[in-house]
Amino acid sequence: MAQLTGAYRAARLRAAPSLRERIDIPRRVAFAAAASMIFIVVLLLGFIAWQGIQLFVKDGTPVGQILSPTWQPDSTSGPTNFGLLPFIAGTVYVTAVALLISTPISVGLALFLSEVAPQWARAIVQPALEIFVGIPSVVWGWLGITILVPFLSSTFHDDLVLSLPIVGNIFTVPGFLTGFSWMAGSLVLSIMILPTITSVSYDSFRAIPQELRTGSLALGTTRWQAIRHILLPSALSGVMTAVVLGMTRAAGEALAVQMVIGNSPTMPAAITQPVTTLTSQITLDMGNTVFGEPWQDALWTMSLVLLIISITSVVLVRVINRRKMAS
Amino acid sequence: MSTGDEMTTAAINPEPPVVRRVEVGSSRADANEFAARPEAIKLATDHVSILYGQKVAVRDVSLAVQERSILALIGPSGSGKSTFLRCFNRMNDLIPGASVQGEVRLDGENVMETDVSVVELRRRVGMVFQHPNPFPMSIYENVAYGPRRRGQNDRRKLDELVETSLKRAALWDEVKDDLRRKSGLALSGGQQQRLCIARVLATDPEVILMDEPASALDPVSTLRIEELMRELREAYTIVIVTHNMQQAARVSDITAFFTMAEDRAGYLVEVGPTGQIFTRPNERLTEDYISGRFG
Amino acid sequence: MTTTAGRAIGQPNEPKASLRNRSSRGSILADRAATVVLWGTGFLVLLILGAILLHFALAAWGVVSLSFIVSDPSETTLGGIFPVLWNSIYMLVLTLLIAVPIGILGGIYMSEYAGENAVTNAIRFAEESISSVPSIVVGLFGLILFVDDFHWGFSALGGALALTLFNLPLMTRLSEQALRAVPQDERSASLALGASKWQTIQHVVVPLAIPGLITSVILTAGRVFGEAAVLLFTAGVGTPPHYNFLNFDLTSVSSPWSPFRPATTLSVYIYKLQAEGLGNYVNQIVDGSAAILISMVLIFNLGARYLGRVLSRRLTGA
Repeated sequence: MAQLTGAYRAARLRAAPSLRERIDIPRRVAFAAAASMIFIVVLLLGFIAWQGIQLFVKDGTPVGQILSPTWQPDSTSGPTNFGLLPFIAGTVYVTAVALLISTPISVGLALFLSEVAPQWARAIVQPALEIFVGIPSVVWGWLGITILVPFLSSTFHDDLVLSLPIVGNIFTVPGFLTGFSWMAGSLVLSIMILPTITSVSYDSFRAIPQELRTGSLALGTTRWQAIRHILLPSALSGVMTAVVLGMTRAAGEALAVQMVIGNSPTMPAAITQPVTTLTSQITLDMGNTVFGEPWQDALWTMSLVLLIISITSVVLVRVINRRKMAS
Repeated sequence: MSTGDEMTTAAINPEPPVVRRVEVGSSRADANEFAARPEAIKLATDHVSILYGQKVAVRDVSLAVQERSILALIGPSGSGKSTFLRCFNRMNDLIPGASVQGEVRLDGENVMETDVSVVELRRRVGMVFQHPNPFPMSIYENVAYGPRRRGQNDRRKLDELVETSLKRAALWDEVKDDLRRKSGLALSGGQQQRLCIARVLATDPEVILMDEPASALDPVSTLRIEELMRELREAYTIVIVTHNMQQAARVSDITAFFTMAEDRAGYLVEVGPTGQIFTRPNERLTEDYISGRFG
Repeated sequence: MTTTAGRAIGQPNEPKASLRNRSSRGSILADRAATVVLWGTGFLVLLILGAILLHFALAAWGVVSLSFIVSDPSETTLGGIFPVLWNSIYMLVLTLLIAVPIGILGGIYMSEYAGENAVTNAIRFAEESISSVPSIVVGLFGLILFVDDFHWGFSALGGALALTLFNLPLMTRLSEQALRAVPQDERSASLALGASKWQTIQHVVVPLAIPGLITSVILTAGRVFGEAAVLLFTAGVGTPPHYNFLNFDLTSVSSPWSPFRPATTLSVYIYKLQAEGLGNYVNQIVDGSAAILISMVLIFNLGARYLGRVLSRRLTGA
């Protein structure tokens, strides 16, 4: 090696990359690993979409029928009607109430962690949140069945009259029959999505530069004024993203919801009554149906609806953050 | 024996304080201007020390600031100038573990007492930071922010307030057509800093604290800010921290020189009329700093 | 000249306002109220978590014992959970064996090689999409592909592959973060010494990212361990037979080593029990199983944190 002449050394510097360098196996392998996710998504979409349209393509069900509120899948008891509206409505309603309950608490918690809590408090609450995340959905469902549902039915079994002065005379809400209900589903979901909304909101609050807070305080505002007028407006897109992600998680949750929701495949009547969601119906019926029969095809169509909801939310999140990415 | 020849404040340092006869050589020529008229002292500190936990950041500073004058705090990095500045509007309260000993007085009232409204203090003692920090809103809303938070929502009054503040900050002509459409973030660095000054002015303060207000700006903007300071001195009391000695010499009436002791605590070496500090300082350390021998 | 904007020029000051002036009382009150409410959310979370942990500790007190963990399920007595617990562990290891290498390699690509282009954007979109897909949909996909099309029936391998698909975005993203956290200076120093990019990754970046990578693996493991919806449709839900650990016949259903047999895990078993409700001891068995599940999750979680900190300190000497 020491005998390399100066000319040879100079020539090596100008040499073209070796075959090995050009092929760059490590890069290609790593790329394949990352790009496999594209492949997975396409496969997933393809299979579910294909199965999902069988109801129309193979069984000849008119597309509009799925918007009907009547679910009659069993051909042995009369003409079938594959109305998915009860399940779509169930998913929407249960998710909506879960968001209503969870969002204020989650955003509040995120504000607590980022603006108010001293270091020692953060060191306790943050691990607690991580443990929350780790609790499996079947355990949440089980807690729902053993604690929440009996509590609801024993405490609120009488008619619930809304206690607002005028409204209370117009609306009465029937009490919980068994406790298995829309409300139970929403309550369980709201705890399950709390860590999601909290952590995404927390990240967006932390991203706001400290000098904006200092600037507000130096002008003689209180901390809450700084939060309300500077922090929250600036972090709005982050909080919206958090809510969309929470919504997606809630709409997609199957087992925990199925365990407490009552599973009555009719349009949701009242918040204290049983309902069904897309996920819980699929979970219940899939095992009892045969591959290829229209009943199961309808379940696949429901899966397709779920898939569309989730892809839509991904697009929604990108749209919300588009302005931020561009600026 | 003209009492006006003595400094009303004594610089505290490890050696016993010596009050000397000084000749006044600053632009505000008359020595009587600096006589101790108690009612003309706007800000004062009395043996103030600031600690971060156990570590002393600033040790035992006592000085007074005349109303409608400019006091410049100079000294090398780490000598506690900015930390000391933050006492006047209790911004050190925001730093976990920070504690302040001694008295800090605004118009004779001790601001460190527990029943003092910090919010009210910060309205009366405003602050401009080293890096301009306009809010992500329109120019109008930036300036109107302070008054709005105090409950002022009358459209006409706000308009008037915004215009006056922007005029006093020498920014009005450049932005008057774009007040509501242009974001504060869309201005140049120098304009942003003037916007921050206008924002402070809108809260009707009596004192303006400036922490190296021009150090992040280009030379032209810097000179504009300095001009602005001289104009503002007519109506406000100004305390400025600066690394730029020439700036201190150009702009201030009184200069205080801080440095860092062996235990990394900052302390006040000397304070006096600017002209005198820069031509015939009393302390060796001051002279060394001024002539560039350290720092 | 006075103006509404404060200081009159050249005039003596007005009487000084006291700092004890309470004109901002309303906003100070609002600030205090907000502070109380925000602290309240913190307490609420701790309260709920504490209550849940306490509940399971109490409910499982008489149930969880060594025999509970090592014996088989029984229809008549308070049976144990050994086979399903074994399956949970088996499934975890199998899934990690597949998902971790792919995830780390993917993370390496995204952190070290990927540029800002349409393909990278597509990968991120795919990542986000798979994360949003409900777990039962992934389970159903596994049902079509592995159980039906590949004719495997319910199998551990099918379950592991479905779980890999489902958790790959998480593993990739966490790995990417761990690798990005390595300071750029380290890479620069290596490249400046004449090392190639791959050598730099192999000998400098990955070793420095090991604490973060291990944490990523443990966090993913926690997710995998508790998963039920995916496995319900891919690995089966029946009560497992007695496992003969000396049976190495990979075609046998009673061999615990075979990846081709159904593998009901602990979470799935809980779901099955509460749905079927057979036997007198369902509640206790489920309580005991849930307690064990939560304990494992706790161990994974706190273990990840602790290990991450310890390794980080040892490797950086901080």
